[in-house]
Amino acid sequence: MFLIKLLFRNAFRHKLRTALTVLGITIAILAFGLLRTVVSAWYAGVEASSASRLVTRNAISLVFLLPSSYREKIGQIDGVKTVSWGNWFGGIYIDEKNFFPNFAVDPMTYLDLYPEYLLTPDEKKAFVHDRKACVVGSLTARKYGWKLGDTVTLKGTIFPGNWDFVVRGIYRGRDKGTDESQFFFNWEYLNESIKKTSPQRAEQIGFFIVGIKNPDRTAEVAEAIDRSFKNSITETLTETEKAFQMGFVSMTEAIVIAIQLVSFVVIIIIMAVVANTMAMSARERTGEYVVFKTLGFGSYHLVGLIFGESFVITLTGCILGILATFPAAKAFGDAMSTFLPVFFVSPRTIYLDILASIIVATSAAIIPALRVTHIRVAEGLRKIA
Amino acid sequence: MQVPLPIVRIRGVSKSYQRGSQILPVLQNINFDIAEGEFMALMGPSGSGKSTLLNLIAGIDKADSGSITIGATDIMDLSETELAAWRSTSIGFIFQFYNLIPVLNARENVELPLLLTGLSRKERREHAEMALQAVNLADRMDHYPSELSGGQQQRVAIARAVVTDPLMLVADEPTGDLDRVSARDILDLMCRLNAELGKTIIMVTHDPRAAERAHIIRNLDKGELNNVPDQAPF
Repeated sequence: MFLIKLLFRNAFRHKLRTALTVLGITIAILAFGLLRTVVSAWYAGVEASSASRLVTRNAISLVFLLPSSYREKIGQIDGVKTVSWGNWFGGIYIDEKNFFPNFAVDPMTYLDLYPEYLLTPDEKKAFVHDRKACVVGSLTARKYGWKLGDTVTLKGTIFPGNWDFVVRGIYRGRDKGTDESQFFFNWEYLNESIKKTSPQRAEQIGFFIVGIKNPDRTAEVAEAIDRSFKNSITETLTETEKAFQMGFVSMTEAIVIAIQLVSFVVIIIIMAVVANTMAMSARERTGEYVVFKTLGFGSYHLVGLIFGESFVITLTGCILGILATFPAAKAFGDAMSTFLPVFFVSPRTIYLDILASIIVATSAAIIPALRVTHIRVAEGLRKIA
Repeated sequence: MQVPLPIVRIRGVSKSYQRGSQILPVLQNINFDIAEGEFMALMGPSGSGKSTLLNLIAGIDKADSGSITIGATDIMDLSETELAAWRSTSIGFIFQFYNLIPVLNARENVELPLLLTGLSRKERREHAEMALQAVNLADRMDHYPSELSGGQQQRVAIARAVVTDPLMLVADEPTGDLDRVSARDILDLMCRLNAELGKTIIMVTHDPRAAERAHIIRNLDKGELNNVPDQAPF
């Protein structure tokens, strides 16, 4: 207890220097935490993927569609439990900057395959039965002030025209990582409208979501689906939902790697700052360490004091940094909700913050501690006499 | 009349330092005893080896040859770790510049060496307070070194030196940084510790007035000890 009190007093002996070092660590941990949260947000779609869902799309590219007749064939393949489908709609709400993902989906099967989108039974019923119904994530609904019963008009880009929808459900995510920014409407509404305006584009599907009975058989079922359409005019590519999502992330992987690198550089910089503080402190206290040794204290006591002081300073900065990360992430997430809809500080980020702080504290204390163990008492006394 | 037993026995002690390729002899074939309860002053010009000899007796440096026996322990046989443990129980140190820990108050500074004993927190506190009372600083226990005068700081250092009830006190120029009045007070205190508690004291000093307060004065010159009576063989 006495030595703990001493190391706390040592840590705050030079108040300005310690305060500036703690501030530096706080900012570094805040920056590290935010950057790691950005990386996590980037992979949110991948993380939220289910092991029991497959995505089947056109083998050439996602921009080419598949015949709607494929759904019956896919449904008959051994191991397939549910087949749902959808099209990327690409609609704009008032202005292009108001981006949110919007899809035409088959309500019944889609909600069956995505239990993480939480709706009340009434909302589900309304979505299934009302052709012009849409279901929207709570994030987007909150952002634009939409309520149940409101009419929302999207301007079609892929499917021209103004499309009116009635908000029949506002879903919440079951899990923290569930994307609450999406907008779904009935695929039949899209298909019937297209039949009237451009019949050649009707009965075309962008992707099938395939629910499988046994997640251990994903590879086998995916292969069976693709084999069924082998050598047809429109061949398919089936992959796990995770791999499908990962395909999007891969396109921007260089950015993610850059962010990760910057987050580590921040930690290395702060490591140098703390090491400098500890080296200065230990050098200033050489005389005191000699006195400790003269009185009979072993090197391990002094090493403990130096490491303890390094940990007190670093963990103080770490705690402040972590506390600052939450409001900062909230503000950042709100500002970036269009691009990073799932933005929250995960426990993993906090663990990484703590781990980084432990590494910083340990690395910063190693050299001063080694120096102290090598101080010879007689020489030290001559220097301070 | 009963002859006091020697608490320090030094036989054939030599010590040299290496500076670059040069070997500088500091102490050469030193022999002397110090009886229990004695107050000895060690004098000599700068560079004569006084502090080196004091360091050897206190177990914070090692001689090149010879033997140093303190009480029943031949400290030349002890490892660095054993020496540290031995110092913590056997030697009380008084430095010229007090060397108190600035972030600890007077009581905590005195309590410091007791951390190496098995005493409880309460016992440590009691011992520290008693030691501070013994040096007439009971009313300054909660003061930090920066709030004390030089003489008061040295009294705290003396309390720290005696708190573990060591075999002897070693003092390196204890009055060297003090004004005349404070120096006299410190020497009075050391004499009192010697007379009342029977503490053996070895004091290195340049000051003849300080040396006069000791029972015995030894002079070191060019690494050799003068005015030493013939020593009995070990």
